[in-house]
Amino acid sequence: MSQVTADEIVQFDNVGLRYGTDKEVLRNLSFTLFPGSFYFLTGASGAGKTSLLRLLYLAQRPSRGMIRMFGADAITLPRDRLPMLRRRIGVVYQDFRLVSHLSAFDNVALPLRVAGASDKDLRRPVSDMLEWVGLADRMDARPATLSGGEQQRVAIARAVIARPDMLVADEPTGNVDPEMAVKLLRLFEALNGLGTTVVVATHDVHLLQKVPESLIMRLNKGQLADSTGALKNPPRRVANPARSPGPPS
Amino acid sequence: MNATELLETRITGVVRAVTGAGKPELVPKSRLSGPMPWVIAIMVAMTVIALAAGLSLRNTVNSAQAGLEGGLTVQIVEPRESEREAQAKAALERLQGLPGVTSLRLVPEEELDRLIEPWLGSDEGEANEIAVPIPALLDVQLADRASDERVAEVRAALAPVAPGARVDAQSGWLEPVYDAIASLQWLAIALVLLLTLALSAAVLMAARSALGTNRDTIEIVHLLGGTDGQIAGVFQRSIGVDAAGGGIVGFALAVVVTLFLGRRFAGLGAGLVNHGSLGPADWLLLAMVPVAATALAMVTARFTVMHTLRKML
Repeated sequence: MSQVTADEIVQFDNVGLRYGTDKEVLRNLSFTLFPGSFYFLTGASGAGKTSLLRLLYLAQRPSRGMIRMFGADAITLPRDRLPMLRRRIGVVYQDFRLVSHLSAFDNVALPLRVAGASDKDLRRPVSDMLEWVGLADRMDARPATLSGGEQQRVAIARAVIARPDMLVADEPTGNVDPEMAVKLLRLFEALNGLGTTVVVATHDVHLLQKVPESLIMRLNKGQLADSTGALKNPPRRVANPARSPGPPS
Repeated sequence: MNATELLETRITGVVRAVTGAGKPELVPKSRLSGPMPWVIAIMVAMTVIALAAGLSLRNTVNSAQAGLEGGLTVQIVEPRESEREAQAKAALERLQGLPGVTSLRLVPEEELDRLIEPWLGSDEGEANEIAVPIPALLDVQLADRASDERVAEVRAALAPVAPGARVDAQSGWLEPVYDAIASLQWLAIALVLLLTLALSAAVLMAARSALGTNRDTIEIVHLLGGTDGQIAGVFQRSIGVDAAGGGIVGFALAVVVTLFLGRRFAGLGAGLVNHGSLGPADWLLLAMVPVAATALAMVTARFTVMHTLRKML
């Protein structure tokens, strides 16, 4: 088992995941995510991308192996300490998962409210964020009245509003037009530039080229693989390996 | 801001803190409301009525026992009128000298006639009927309780001067009535306990149903870093508002019913039930029912939600 340093946000060591008594959907995952890095998680449908993301945003415990997040053992961590870890992670779900009875404004404000922010303190940042994603005029709209693309933008705004240490996004550009997709990637990059570790799951190969300094984690049948199919740790850098911050060599 | 405005602002702030009014709730309010306030209103109304009945019966028993505790009735059972009068006079004199007797009176013949009139009719117009000898009655009040020992002492004291005397403790006559009333009191207590259980069960089911309906929202809030306490607080507050509203309606309904029944019983004019009215302490206890129901509902909701959430990651 490798040593975890303070610079490592996430460390997976020989992690496996199975649902019920089925065969493992994730096998022998060992990798490290570093602060301020930008990762793409790719793989064919059914490769286990969403399962891996669920482990990353603490919606699931693995069947075996060790996971450390932000210096804490996420496997043995008591339930009452999980919320504090989760507040450091922003999540963009593939199906958005907006709260249907709340307005766009209140959906975006939710992470701040959960963290204890007062109405006065959250009004400005939430308004700014909605304006940034182009939904300033839809603040009071309920999710059901928003288009797919608008819902996705609300979901992204909700994920980043609390300036998380790590942003996990599952196909975040799947429902937006190319122009908005680029704009959202620029937002992710901006956050990344502020020190947020970004993990984006996508099967859109064109997207990978748009963030040249990103790192790629490729899943193949539940295993992390490089181009030859061998396990890879740390993930392979696509371009510009000298970019900082990145994983130490 | 003047003092009144400041006070209003503070009161509004406290109300909002308790009810969560003005803040978007994590869980939609309408899901938990529905029939709950009405179920709670019915439960509270039934509990208050059952408790009022129990308290009224208790007051009746206490009042009757206090009045009859030291009471003795001496009957001079003697068919010959002159002998009956002589023994009654002798018994009266003997009892006057007996220690522990605080009051004593020979019940006048007219009062006796009135007492037995409902069963035997009046003398008037019944000259042909055979006259029934009525025992002479002495109403005796002792300073202490008319125990079996005291009754035996009085009986022994009267035996030489009034051989026809029969001595009975007044409370003894009402013993079967007390037993019946005690049974009704236990029934009222059992009803209150059953209704408490039913209320808890109703809240438990409502909370579970609301948890099931809002499971997706709860999971999202969890993943955003929401704590079990925050989520339970939303349910607790929501059910508390429902319970308080239902409790007020139920209590008002029960008060109307209790006052109406109280008037109907008072109209009977029967000595025993006249003492069953409710005092200020009783009304205060009844007013605590909706408060207790609200607290019980909130505790049950919190316990149920926390218990369910602990099973989630």
